[in-house]
Amino acid sequence: MAVHRLRGSAAIVGAGQAGIGEAPGRSPFDLIGDATRAALDDCGLKLSDIDGVFSATMINSMPAISVAEYLGLRPRVTEGTNTGGSSFLAHMQWAALALDAGLCEVALITYGSNQRTGAGKFVTTSETVAWEAPYKPRYPVSAYALAAARHMHEFGTTRAQLAEVAVAARTWANLNPEAFARGPLSIEDVLAARMLSDPLTVKDCCLVTDGAGAIIMTRADRARDFPKAPVYMLGVAAENWHRWVSSMPDLTTTSASRSGPRAMEMAGVSHADLDLVMLYDAFTITPVLFLEDLGFCPKGEGGRFVADGKLRHGGGFALNTNGGGLSCVHPGMYGLFLLIEAVRQLRGECGARQLDAPKTALCHGNGGHWSSQVTAILGLEETL
Amino acid sequence: MEIKVTATGPGPERLWREALAAGRLTLPFCDACGRAHFFPRVLCPHCGAGDITFREVSGRGTVHSTTVLRRKPAEGGDLNIALVDFAEGGRMMSRVDGLPPAEVRIGLAVTARILVEDGAPIVVFVPGEAA
Repeated sequence: MAVHRLRGSAAIVGAGQAGIGEAPGRSPFDLIGDATRAALDDCGLKLSDIDGVFSATMINSMPAISVAEYLGLRPRVTEGTNTGGSSFLAHMQWAALALDAGLCEVALITYGSNQRTGAGKFVTTSETVAWEAPYKPRYPVSAYALAAARHMHEFGTTRAQLAEVAVAARTWANLNPEAFARGPLSIEDVLAARMLSDPLTVKDCCLVTDGAGAIIMTRADRARDFPKAPVYMLGVAAENWHRWVSSMPDLTTTSASRSGPRAMEMAGVSHADLDLVMLYDAFTITPVLFLEDLGFCPKGEGGRFVADGKLRHGGGFALNTNGGGLSCVHPGMYGLFLLIEAVRQLRGECGARQLDAPKTALCHGNGGHWSSQVTAILGLEETL
Repeated sequence: MEIKVTATGPGPERLWREALAAGRLTLPFCDACGRAHFFPRVLCPHCGAGDITFREVSGRGTVHSTTVLRRKPAEGGDLNIALVDFAEGGRMMSRVDGLPPAEVRIGLAVTARILVEDGAPIVVFVPGEAA
């Protein structure tokens, strides 16, 4: 089969974060500016080199336009599609396409939010839908709770199995000085935490933090010209089958079941090739479905798959090594942080949580109410 | 009772709500493939055909999934939220009344009731099959 023209055509050459956890007094755009500067410093490019801006935010109707304005840029390519938390993986697809077509030379993908210190609670720009609003669901937790309840009913998944996902994330966060939630966490702690929307407790839910991220992408032909090892986009695929949970075709199968195989086919990788798996963990049920849908275990087996502790640090399955949205950072939309952690692991920058010479990573972003699923495969030069 | 969606008249959401306000629970059926869908649209999401007819339905359904939104008493207390599959096809978000919220189970047979809440007619469900 012919190799897809976007496979390895572009690379992440710079990555930066800012305000992870709490950044009192700084606006979302301040944090985006901080993260962009960090990403530029990481690769040695100047702000004025950026001619493609890709962003989505929780607060702007024209997010990429507003980001470009704040940064003082006049980009040739501006892309602001909002698919929720997966947006930034989708932006990587469009950035690679724009770079490949010569529409831009240096692409910035960025996101930031101050929703912990600025608002003090989870903020969403999402509208309500007339077909669900009368029943007063709390978004997004109720949408994920309905899927968790169905998964437990169909497959015998238990709350303790879900809790294991949060406990495993914490073992990684405890090795990450940037992680917001550190310290001991037991399955009993998760089970005894305040119930929000059955079967999900507050400890089954991601954090509400501040934070921003930025990555810089160029075409592969110049990616070796920067100080750090380029991280190539080997594959990417996006799918969406519904917007609202009441229209989700199957509460226990997401469109990751199609984005995953498509991205892996583009990348030419199998599961055995993956050294790191970064799955959007908005709730403990979220990576359980994605482990199934992405083919790491059969449908319905996700709860039993995680129950033996393999996701914990040292457990043998390297998942969400930054501590995830559950224990590291979740400023409303989290997808960009999946990519940044993968870049850092592939470069060997992760200190106490560093994996042993990983070469290939799978990142999977989720948006809306299981609505948008975007899978990306990243790899070092030797995987090209 | 049948109401056809026309090309230029009120749209399917309006037609569904007008029927509901008149005390009739309807679903949109595709004239081509015969399948029901929910929410109402001007085309069939199953086959793409454009001729849709609303028909009054039994109101019988099955709880496909359920959660209890835990709220403080001052916020209204615990609230059931359910996804219910209609016997005729189609699924809607709703609520099961007549049971404590946490006692609503997946697979429970339920029947629709039309209530007025916040000034608008809505569909909720109660346990059991309609007589």
